[in-house]
Amino acid sequence: MNKVMSNKWIIALYVLPSLILLGALVYIPIVMTGYYGMMQWDGIGEMNFIGLDNYVHLLQDSTFWFSARNSFLLALFSTLSLIMYLVVSLVLSGKIKGSDLLRKIYLIPMLLSSVAIAQLWIKIYDPNNGMLNSLLRTIGVENPPAWLSDRSTVLIAIFIAIIWQYAGFYIIIYSAALKGIPASLIEAAEIDGATPLQIAWKIKVPLISGVIKTTVILAIVGSLKYFDLIFVMTGGGPNGASEVIASYMYKEAFGRYNFGYGSALGFALLILALLTTWVIQKVMATKDDIQY
Amino acid sequence: MFRKHTFLLILTVLFIGLVACGNNDAGANNQGNENGSNDDVVIDFMHLWPAGSSRQHNEIVQEIVDEFEADHPGVTIDMEILGNEQYRENLSVIGAANELPDVGMTWAGGFIEPYARGDMFTDLSDLVTDDFVPGTAEAYEVDGGIYGLPLELNITPVYYNQAIFDEHGLSVPETWDEFKEVVQTLVDNDVTPITVGNRDAWTGSMWYMYLADRIGGPAALNDAISREGSFEDPALIEAAAQIRELVEMDAFINGYNGLGNDEAKGYFINEQAAMYLMATWDLPEWTTNDDNPQEFRDSVGYFKFPTVEGGAGEINSYVGGPGVGLFVSEQSDVKEEALEFVSYFVERWGEMSVTDAGVIPATTVDTEGLDLPQMYIDILDDLNEATNLTLYADVQMSASTADVHLNMIQAIFGGEVTPEEFAERQEQALSDED
Repeated sequence: MNKVMSNKWIIALYVLPSLILLGALVYIPIVMTGYYGMMQWDGIGEMNFIGLDNYVHLLQDSTFWFSARNSFLLALFSTLSLIMYLVVSLVLSGKIKGSDLLRKIYLIPMLLSSVAIAQLWIKIYDPNNGMLNSLLRTIGVENPPAWLSDRSTVLIAIFIAIIWQYAGFYIIIYSAALKGIPASLIEAAEIDGATPLQIAWKIKVPLISGVIKTTVILAIVGSLKYFDLIFVMTGGGPNGASEVIASYMYKEAFGRYNFGYGSALGFALLILALLTTWVIQKVMATKDDIQY
Repeated sequence: MFRKHTFLLILTVLFIGLVACGNNDAGANNQGNENGSNDDVVIDFMHLWPAGSSRQHNEIVQEIVDEFEADHPGVTIDMEILGNEQYRENLSVIGAANELPDVGMTWAGGFIEPYARGDMFTDLSDLVTDDFVPGTAEAYEVDGGIYGLPLELNITPVYYNQAIFDEHGLSVPETWDEFKEVVQTLVDNDVTPITVGNRDAWTGSMWYMYLADRIGGPAALNDAISREGSFEDPALIEAAAQIRELVEMDAFINGYNGLGNDEAKGYFINEQAAMYLMATWDLPEWTTNDDNPQEFRDSVGYFKFPTVEGGAGEINSYVGGPGVGLFVSEQSDVKEEALEFVSYFVERWGEMSVTDAGVIPATTVDTEGLDLPQMYIDILDDLNEATNLTLYADVQMSASTADVHLNMIQAIFGGEVTPEEFAERQEQALSDED
C-alpha cells in the first residue's frame, strides 16, 4: 500500500479530478473576476481595458461604502447572535425533557429554501395584514412601523429574519460539539460540587472553543457575502437602504450591465472577506488549544 | 509533465462543453440550408411562444403561418421556438455572429438600438400603416427608422372598486382636483384609497409618468429622456410635487415602499384598497380569472387617468407600451417575402389575438360583434381614440439611468428627496450618459 501511495502518478490520479474541478470552477474564475474588474464591459460587446479605474471608482463610491457598512453590521449581528445560539445549545445539552424534539424544531428553518423563508417573512412583516403588526395592534400599539418599507427599520427587520434562518445550522454544530465532551468530565465536576452554570461556562465552553472560533469565521464571512433574503425581501430598497455588497454587485452587473464594475465589486468583496478572516484568526489565536 | 496533462484535460472539458452548447445552432443551420437548396423560398422565423407555456399564442402563430403558406405557394416558413429568456439570450448570440433568422421577435425601446445601429434589422417604416395605435410603432424607432412592428400593446388605466366608491357616494373623477377629493373622502372614512407596490418601483413610476404627462404634455418627459429637453422642466418638478402631496394625504397604502406589485394587487383583490393603477395585462384578473371571487370581479371598473387643470396633457393620452414586435433581418436573402410575411402576420394577429388569447394587439380593433368581456370592449374602444402612448420611462431609458430613475421614484414616494432634488439627480444621470 505504501508503495502504491508513493507513486506520483497514483497520487495525481486521486488528486487531479477534484483539483481540476476546483481550479476550473473556483480559482480560475477568481483570477478572471479580478481581471474583468479592469475592464469596461457591458457583458455582450467588446471589453475595453481601463486599468484600475474601476477600483479607484469603487473606493470613492458612496453606495459601495454604504452597502459595505450594512454588510459589516450584519456580520456584527450574526456574531452576537452566536451567543444566543450557544446558550440554546447549552440548555439543550443538559438533561431536559424533550430536548431532542426541540433540537429538531430549531432545525426546521434550515430545511426551507431561502426564497420560501423570504416569502414567509414578507408576509409576517406586511404592514397592514401581517402577523407582526396585527399582534402589535392587539396589544395596543397605534401606528406600528411599516417594517420593510421604512428606511430606519428595514435593516433590523431583515437581520432578524436572517438570524432566525441560521439558528438551526449553528445550534446543530454546537450541539454536536457538546455531545463530543466526555461524560466523565461532567460527572467529575458534578462530584466536585460544580453548579450547572459553572459546568457550562468553565468546562463545556472552553472545550468547544475551537468550534466556536470556526463558527465566528463562518458567520462573519457568510454575512459579508450575504445575498438571498435581502434580494428577495427588498431588492436592496427602499432607495438602497438595505443594500449589501453582494446585492449591489448583482445590481451593477446584471441590472445595469456594468460587468466590469460588477467584477471589481466582487473582487473587492473577496479581498474584504479574506482580510476579515485573517484579522479574526489573529485576534482569536490562543496559545494552546484546550484538550480533553 | 503534470502541467501539460492538466492543461490537456481542461481543454478537453472545455471542448466538450463547447460542442454540447454549439450543437443546437449547427443543427438549425443545416436544416435551413437543406431546405434552401430547393427552388422554394424558405423564411426562417424565430418566435418565443412555446406551446407549453403560451399555448394560445402558439396556436395563433401556427394558424397564421399555415394560412400564409397556403396563400403563397412555394413559400415555406421554417419556425424555431424558444422560451422567453432563452430567446433573449440566443438573439444576442446569433446577432453577434450575424446569423439572425429572416423574421424574428424583438422588444421595444433600448433593446432594439444595437441591432438597428449595427445594420442587423431592416427599416420597416414603409409597412407602418394607420392601423397601428399612435405611439406603438414609434417605440421601435431608432434614428428616424422603425425597426420593429409591434404585436402587443398595454395601456394603464386606473382600476377602481365600484362597491367601495358607491358605499362612500363617490363618482369617477375626471380632473385632478376631483381625484384628490375622492382620495380625501376615502381617507376620512378609513379606507385605503390607492394600493401601489413600490418595492417594484416601476409601479410608482407609472403614477409619476401620468402626472408628468397631464401637467407637461407627452413631450415633457420624452424630451427629457431623449435629451431634447431637461428633467428640470417645471412640469416634471411639479409632477413630483403632486406625488408628495398625495403621499402626505395618505393616499397610498401603508408601507407602499416595501410591498411588491403582487402584494399590492392582493390588497385590491381583497377589497382593502379602492384604486390600483396597472397595465391592461391584468384585465383577465378582473374578468375571466376564476380564482378571484365573481362578486369582486363584477365590482371592478376602470377610468382614464384624470386631467390636471391648466395642464398640457389630454385624457386620451396613455402610459403604456408595446410588448414584443416583429423584425426583418437586414441580411435576409428572402427579404421581399419576409416583409410580406411580416405585414400579413401583423394584420391577422390583430384580428385574432384578442378573441383567441386575450392579448390586446398594437393595431386598432373593430369591436363590433366581438364576443369579449365588456371591459375588453371598452378598453379597445378607448384605444381607438388614443392620441398618444408614452412608453414606460424605465424602458425608454438605458439600464443604468433607469436604475437611478427607479431609486428616485422610491425616494420621492418615501419623502427622502425634494421634487427639485428628484429632478436634479435624474438630469445628472441622463446628462452623464452623453
